[in-house]
Amino acid sequence: MAILLNHVNYIYDEDTAMANAALIDVSLKIPDGQFIGIIGHTGSGKSTLIQHMNGLIAPSSGQIFFNNEDICDRDYNKKNLRARVGLVFQYPEHQLFETDCFKDVCFGPKNLGLSQKDAELRAYTALKQVGLEDEYFYQSPFDLSGGQKRRVAIAGVLAMNPEVLILDEPTAGLDPKGREEILGLISELHRKTGITIILVSHSMEDVADYVERIIVMNRGRVTFDGEPKEVFSHYKELEEMGLAAPQVTYCMQELREAGFDVDTSVTTLLEAKNEILKAFMKC
Amino acid sequence: MLKDITLGQYYRTESPLHRLDPRVKIVATFAFIISLFLVKNFIGYLIAGLFLLICIRLSNVPVRFIFRGMKAIFFLLILTMVFNLFLTPGIVVFSFWKLQITKEGIKLALMMGIRLVFLITGSSLMTLTTTPNNLTDGLEKLLGPLKKIRVPVHEISMMMSIALRFIPILMEETDKIMKAQMARCADFESGSVINRAKNLIPLLVPLFISAFRRANDLAMAMEARCYRGGDGRTKMKPLIYQKRDFIAYLCILLYVVMVVVIGRLPV
Amino acid sequence: MSKMIQTDKLVFEYIRRDEEGNVEGITRAVDEVDLSVEPGQFIAILGHNGSGKSTLAKHFNALLYPTEGEVHVDGMLTEDEEHLWDIRQEAGMIFQNPDNQIIGQVVEEDVGFGPENMGVPTEEIWERVDESLRAVRMDKYRKASPNHLSGGQKQRVSIAGVIAMHPKCIIMDEPTAMLDPNGRREVIRAARGLNQVEGITIILITHYMEEVVDADKVFVMDRGRVVMEGTPRGIFKRVDELKALRLGVPQVTLLAHELRQAGLPIPDPILTRKELIDALKKLRAEGYML
Repeated sequence: MAILLNHVNYIYDEDTAMANAALIDVSLKIPDGQFIGIIGHTGSGKSTLIQHMNGLIAPSSGQIFFNNEDICDRDYNKKNLRARVGLVFQYPEHQLFETDCFKDVCFGPKNLGLSQKDAELRAYTALKQVGLEDEYFYQSPFDLSGGQKRRVAIAGVLAMNPEVLILDEPTAGLDPKGREEILGLISELHRKTGITIILVSHSMEDVADYVERIIVMNRGRVTFDGEPKEVFSHYKELEEMGLAAPQVTYCMQELREAGFDVDTSVTTLLEAKNEILKAFMKC
Repeated sequence: MLKDITLGQYYRTESPLHRLDPRVKIVATFAFIISLFLVKNFIGYLIAGLFLLICIRLSNVPVRFIFRGMKAIFFLLILTMVFNLFLTPGIVVFSFWKLQITKEGIKLALMMGIRLVFLITGSSLMTLTTTPNNLTDGLEKLLGPLKKIRVPVHEISMMMSIALRFIPILMEETDKIMKAQMARCADFESGSVINRAKNLIPLLVPLFISAFRRANDLAMAMEARCYRGGDGRTKMKPLIYQKRDFIAYLCILLYVVMVVVIGRLPV
Repeated sequence: MSKMIQTDKLVFEYIRRDEEGNVEGITRAVDEVDLSVEPGQFIAILGHNGSGKSTLAKHFNALLYPTEGEVHVDGMLTEDEEHLWDIRQEAGMIFQNPDNQIIGQVVEEDVGFGPENMGVPTEEIWERVDESLRAVRMDKYRKASPNHLSGGQKQRVSIAGVIAMHPKCIIMDEPTAMLDPNGRREVIRAARGLNQVEGITIILITHYMEEVVDADKVFVMDRGRVVMEGTPRGIFKRVDELKALRLGVPQVTLLAHELRQAGLPIPDPILTRKELIDALKKLRAEGYML
């Protein structure tokens, strides 16, 4: 069991008049090796949730365990935790600072106390993993395109060899092709290394194609938690929260209403296509 | 935390103080601060305190909110008081080890303490009841005559109001960058002074780059909205003195006279 | 009547320099673009990041000047110094990052910023602020601090700030790129409303295909050139080309495209869910079988 949250509450500005509950009674089990999507609109508490997982925010009440150890414990090694639960924030511009990409990626491993040589080795592997071409290694990260910056930022966290990789809106601001590339990269990382991945997004269509489990956050609570098919079957409730299910889910619902014999739990384009073709073959 | 700083924050509500012309409030604040340094005895401070209290009542700002700003300067306050308490020569009333407390020391420490608290309260009352924009407008108008000697008054006030608008944004951004680097095991809290300064580089570089980008964007957005300096510009909220502003000026004058006359009497 | 915006063989080049300031080369960001926009149209310019669409847009407001060629806004040449402020007033501009274009610390003061710069009398500024905030349905927030608004709301305030200058045309440079789906919907709805109700010409620059479905005309850019031009319907037919240009296609259009390739005779293109369902229903009614 990698990460376990037990009745976690978090309240902003607790002792002031502006007290505001960001997380309410959140209990989650995140086993090793899963590929999870966390979905919710801005202000739903999803960012607060992930920052609890690597100890950047301490819960107001409740416990969080990583590999059966209580991370809120005073003696718990937070630095170690952050290396093992890697968190990549939304904007790469918030973390890139070195004169070249390679040095920037070395930053994390060096903070862990690794020797220059080991740090460089890790950085090299990480940059290879995210598929950055060699020619960019010694370029300033600020001269790169949005998608490349994102890759370097992910490499910067991967270089710490985390067991869990959390990505906050890794596709924000990228064009459609760039989005596809980054999501493809993450999915490949998961497949090749077996690392646990938590993908935070507000786009259902982005995550539906990749993840095996979706956690829906709304107003600080976990509203739905399950396989994509199961979660999207609540598409009406999702809509009320301001989250839309993938377009194809709606299509199938409407086809069913129009009398077509199709499976409505479809979440990806490919599945939808096959369902519709099937309907035209059997009638 | 950064959130505790109420100095420079605006508190939105309706009150006679909120309605006053910002120029009145700027002048009043300066008059009040100067008066604090003119006062020599405790009666004077009593008058100043009373004046402040009335102003707080008139402002409709919760007292709790005003004093929350004190938290940020609490350390400074204690430090000032302690220094004055122990380091003023005079008649010894209490001595302990190498430390001596004198009668003059107690008096000075108290005075300094009161002065500092009043000073901060008074100036935060101005910012709490005046929107930053109003404040800069007021300053621009007050300093208007300096334009004749080629002081770029409009530009200065525009810069101030933009700075005020971006402070909260940049503070939030600092927080985000800090967290992003902490997620990469950066350490901002321990180590020697030199090390700590060095550790700030991963925070400062992204922050500066972002600030420059924002400045660039903003300049373009302002140009796109026909901004071309202060000439030929009209005001959405022009400053025009009302009757209440003249009354306020009168009250301030009265207060200053009282404080200077009574507060400087020898005790 | 003159065209709202017209470009004639517009070229924009900038010089790349290395760290020492030596010239490394010249980049042609916009390459011989001929484009014209009629008053009252809703125009979309599509393109992936770095395709030159933002650089092009900055020419419409005289923020950039062409290296070669000409740009006319409402019949005025942008390089003509004396028309500069008329052009900036007539062709308003909305940028990507909502935080970096709001100057005021109170919503209404920000909306008043443009008219103040234009020298509009005080009373009229207030009228303009009122009507502009109402047009984007932000009048409830007029006394609020921009820092407390959501991304979509901030962007609507920016739009109000431009409307208050009474423009004939609004150029929106990726106004939705930094917003969540809700914010995106708000902004697009506001843009469409202004076009239909107030008759303001809208030029929307985006890489979200969903946002251009209702446009009168779409230009697709790549490497500084206009590579496709036409109605959304015409453009969306060319799914494979769009994909090659790093652009996404709405999921429904894509589904219809895939079904068509698998042999179902569905009309081309499909833009909305309703169109797809109707097409499938019609096929079934005809008794079509694979």
